[in-house]
Amino acid sequence: MSASLAAERSAPAVRAESVRVAYRGRTVVDVPSVELASGETYALLGASGAGKSTLLRVLGLLERPTAGRVLFDGSPVGAGDLTARRRIAAVFQKPYLLRGTVTDNVAYGLRLRGVKAAERAARVAAVLERVGMAGWQNRSALTLSGGEGQRVALARALVLEPSFLLLDEPLSYMDPLLKRSLSREFAGILAGEHITSLYVTHDQDEASVVADRIGIMRDGRIVAEGDTDSVLGLPSDEWLAAFVGMEPSLRGRVISSGDGLSGVDCGGSVIYSTVELPVGTDVFVAVRPEDVTLYEADAVLPRSSARNHLEVTVSDVYPQGGSVQVTLERGGSRFASVVSRAAAAELDLKTGRRLIAVFKATAVRMRASD
Amino acid sequence: MHVYTQAIIEALALIFSGSGDVWPVIGLSLAVSGTATLIATAIGLPIGYFLGMSRFAGRGSLILLVNTAMGWPPVVIGLFVYMALSRTGPLGDLALLFTPQAMVLAQVILAAPLVAGVTTAAIASVPRDLRLQLRALGASRLQEAFEVIKESRRGVMAAVIAGFGGIISEVGAVSIVGGNIQGSTRVMTTAIVFNVNRGEFGLAMAWGMVLLGIALFANAALTMLQQAGSVYER
Repeated sequence: MSASLAAERSAPAVRAESVRVAYRGRTVVDVPSVELASGETYALLGASGAGKSTLLRVLGLLERPTAGRVLFDGSPVGAGDLTARRRIAAVFQKPYLLRGTVTDNVAYGLRLRGVKAAERAARVAAVLERVGMAGWQNRSALTLSGGEGQRVALARALVLEPSFLLLDEPLSYMDPLLKRSLSREFAGILAGEHITSLYVTHDQDEASVVADRIGIMRDGRIVAEGDTDSVLGLPSDEWLAAFVGMEPSLRGRVISSGDGLSGVDCGGSVIYSTVELPVGTDVFVAVRPEDVTLYEADAVLPRSSARNHLEVTVSDVYPQGGSVQVTLERGGSRFASVVSRAAAAELDLKTGRRLIAVFKATAVRMRASD
Repeated sequence: MHVYTQAIIEALALIFSGSGDVWPVIGLSLAVSGTATLIATAIGLPIGYFLGMSRFAGRGSLILLVNTAMGWPPVVIGLFVYMALSRTGPLGDLALLFTPQAMVLAQVILAAPLVAGVTTAAIASVPRDLRLQLRALGASRLQEAFEVIKESRRGVMAAVIAGFGGIISEVGAVSIVGGNIQGSTRVMTTAIVFNVNRGEFGLAMAWGMVLLGIALFANAALTMLQQAGSVYER
């Protein structure tokens, strides 16, 4: 999805310039520039209080920034511009359904726009079908479950056929099971609609499912931005690495390149990547923990296409949900692996244990270090 | 206890027979306080909406002012309105003193803060995110205000009832600016004072019972609205 959209990317559909928001003199958002290409889903990821929702409100013309401006298709727009505002629709954390039926809620924005009753009914029926709620028109909005309510909220936004859709943590109040299924559903719907969408979340799994591009916010600033794979797979500093649950990227230098493979010297260890860069290039290298498989130091490794075999030492072990995260060291380099609890017990994971880490060259993300 | 029993029996007879000026006085009371409540709602509702919705420096002071005004003593308001409408007062040329209009004016001043104050609380309790949601679906300021008031209609109705309940039973202001003129400005509260002074307890009790009935009805409606609550967690 990201590659095709990246190719289609032209003039930004939405752009913010030098946006700063301050409350009582305290700056909560300071973003020199952010752009959303037409039809892409851009996820703003960050911890609570990072400024994501404030930036969403500014981009959605729901709040005037202290400084800076917002442009739609290259033209400046403001919170007082009702025509511009009516090109936008939003779904928030809670659906905030109005009293009445599902139809009353879904048709609300259409009524505001003076759409005639017959057309309203047809559009409501069509959009409810798209969100998997066909035939729910006459149900009371008060009787809906959280997931149903949020689907109605999405339908209420989609029915307006907005050119810019805002989603502010729409799944944050869902239980994990519902969140997983709804995030996939939302991703499918957003991809099908080709609406420029801004998706705010603090959940990187959710972001990686729905987004074409990701921006990570910290203390009001966007500290990393790019396609989902590179932002979540190749953190550029320690804070970002900790945020995405990885060790910081390794620094190295390309020592061999050819046949679709680069060899990178990382503090004496050679790591292979399918990203080809010229010999001598200084690079950042990273591998996602879930791509690293661990074996006992004296194990006979099975034949596989995994190009990287490194002897490592365990420096930290800690449980994480149903799995165990392991920090591994080799020379001065550190990276992580995540294994099941059963595998952790079988490998007798503990600090100082020597193991072999195996991962494919295709799993190694790499970029030049400027 | 005999004095009460006799007064109640006499009062019931007067109410059901409709003799004397029992019902005209009740009618004027409802007309004056009803009109005052309508005007107070037209003034207090926008003020309450503005104070409940907006965030600006000095908002707290304005809310404090409105809350203080909710407790204005009716006799003092009566005094100020009397002075304003008296021949030497700034509104003396209108010649409204001792007319139902003067009574409406005094009661508007008493009821408007009640409507504004209770509306402020009702509107402020509407979640900010609901308003954002309405705006994000393309509502204009006016459409947003309409929907917010609709969503908090229980609170707004409570505000109107509180305003009406506050003035239907007050005697200080209406007696000063109305003068309790029979057939012209006599309302239930002033009539009760007048008849008690003349020892006509039965007549006073008739109006007292109707007044209590209205107060009971207004408070029952208010309690029902408060208990019905408001649901936003959905």
